[in-house]
Amino acid sequence: MSNFERHELRLQDLKMGINEVQTEIIEEFSLLEGDMEMTVFYVMELGQKLPEMSEADKTEENIVKGCQSKVWLTASIKDDKVYFVADSNTAITKGLVCLLIRIFNGQKPEAILGSDLYFMQKIGMERFIGTQRSNGFAAMIKQMKLYAFAFKTKMEVKS
Amino acid sequence: MTTSPTQSVKFDIAKIRKEFPILQQQVNGHDLVYFDNAATSQKPLQVINSLIDYYTGYNANIHRGIHTLAEKATKAYEATREAAREFINAKHIEEVIFITRGVTEAINLVSHSYGRTFIGKGDEIIVSELEHHSNIVPWQMVCEERGSELKVIPIHDNGEINLDAFKNLLTSKTKLVVINHASNALGTINPIKEIAKLTHDAGAIILVDGAQAAAHLPVNVQDLDCDFYCISSHKMYGPTGAGILYGKKELLEKMPPFFGGGEMIKEVTFKKTTYNDLPYKFEAGTPNIADVIALKPAIEFIQDLGKATIAAHEHHLLKYATSELSSLSGIRLVGTAAHKVSIVSFVVEGIHHFDIGQMLDTRGIAVRTGHHCAQPLMDRLGIEGTVRASFAVYNTKEEIDKLVEGLDRIINFMK
Repeated sequence: MSNFERHELRLQDLKMGINEVQTEIIEEFSLLEGDMEMTVFYVMELGQKLPEMSEADKTEENIVKGCQSKVWLTASIKDDKVYFVADSNTAITKGLVCLLIRIFNGQKPEAILGSDLYFMQKIGMERFIGTQRSNGFAAMIKQMKLYAFAFKTKMEVKS
Repeated sequence: MTTSPTQSVKFDIAKIRKEFPILQQQVNGHDLVYFDNAATSQKPLQVINSLIDYYTGYNANIHRGIHTLAEKATKAYEATREAAREFINAKHIEEVIFITRGVTEAINLVSHSYGRTFIGKGDEIIVSELEHHSNIVPWQMVCEERGSELKVIPIHDNGEINLDAFKNLLTSKTKLVVINHASNALGTINPIKEIAKLTHDAGAIILVDGAQAAAHLPVNVQDLDCDFYCISSHKMYGPTGAGILYGKKELLEKMPPFFGGGEMIKEVTFKKTTYNDLPYKFEAGTPNIADVIALKPAIEFIQDLGKATIAAHEHHLLKYATSELSSLSGIRLVGTAAHKVSIVSFVVEGIHHFDIGQMLDTRGIAVRTGHHCAQPLMDRLGIEGTVRASFAVYNTKEEIDKLVEGLDRIINFMK
């Protein structure tokens, strides 16, 4: 079982909320004591743990617009919970996507839609990824929320 | 005996570095290593002080004023023109036109004024595969509008122009050849004198993008015999927002103005306007007075050190960087022409250039990553982009060691 699957199980078991995962991330990054190089290395390490995305899903359609690097993102819903799969052609971006997936995977669409992500400010992300990547990061969040919105709408139509 | 300029008494690197206040800082807890000089160079104190002097002492609009400040500003502005003329050895002072946006604007001026007047249906413009987008797109626009055709000089794998292919492209249809003096992405120095001769023999004219040459190579427009030569101030230790377009007098005289407005007129009535003489015909509106004035101390900075001394030091850095980078596993140098300005472009196997750039930044090392505004060139080389380190006169071997150390660490981490 991968770390991710374990993490997802834990989410389900403990019903860890979005803010709880954010707190966990903030704590992890605080161990790096603001060392920029270590922080970036850590982000890249996270990216290496991201479950693989099938090559067939790396289509033009699945590319998140607004990112300088290439980011592919797909989403599915199971038992009313959203699961994202993503990949990127650059290691740092992959690590950043990984953080978002860790926060959002296994959450209900309305929780994702209503979420307020603040961990980026707390870990000083803009300082180590720069403005362009920050804009790309915002585009990823937007795309994830769009998926959540689509699932929520579908569920409402069904019921 | 040839001695390295870094060993000579005359070339005092510590003294040079002191003249650049921006270099005396730490970035992310490390001494700044600035290797993005091909994008823009840093400015010596004499340039910065010149801007302060202008704004605190004699800021005034030039040419038409009769008061003392206007007179002083006009004199300083025109003194840069003479310094620029001498810098590129133009025959006539009116061949030196000041522009605001650097080479991009210079090229657009020529493409709008000359291109849209003298290049027509069925005519051909030749560009090289090594060009920056700013020396491709304006010509594509001319071709689209005028029904002309764009021809491309291919390169060899090492980044050198294929001269034989160029000769074959030259025909009676060729009206203009546009090419850089040195490539911003790879550093290749092009044999401009030879290319100009071939161009003229075919009955065409040549425009040279000198953005990457002006601070590094001797530029003698009469010797090169180019028809247009474009320079950005900010890439040669001068301020941003200024540049030089050199054009041969006989060409500039027959070209229509690009912008209309103040300064460029002789007399205006609603029936007919007559245009001012060269160079003012092409300098409509209030120019960037302060930055043009501060370009003169930038030219003097280069001339006081001497282009030969600068070139020798930079060549030394280039050679050192090339050999050190080649020794790292997984690094492939892109662009290995025999004659290069001080630019090293490279890719690292399995690591995206964005990641390399970001990682080096955490160590205070500034490089450029990406396609360097030369996508057709990247396509030709079959890559998405490179990491580019470009050196200026204030860079040192020790800084190259820091780059190599940083790269080594990233490569080992990513293994």
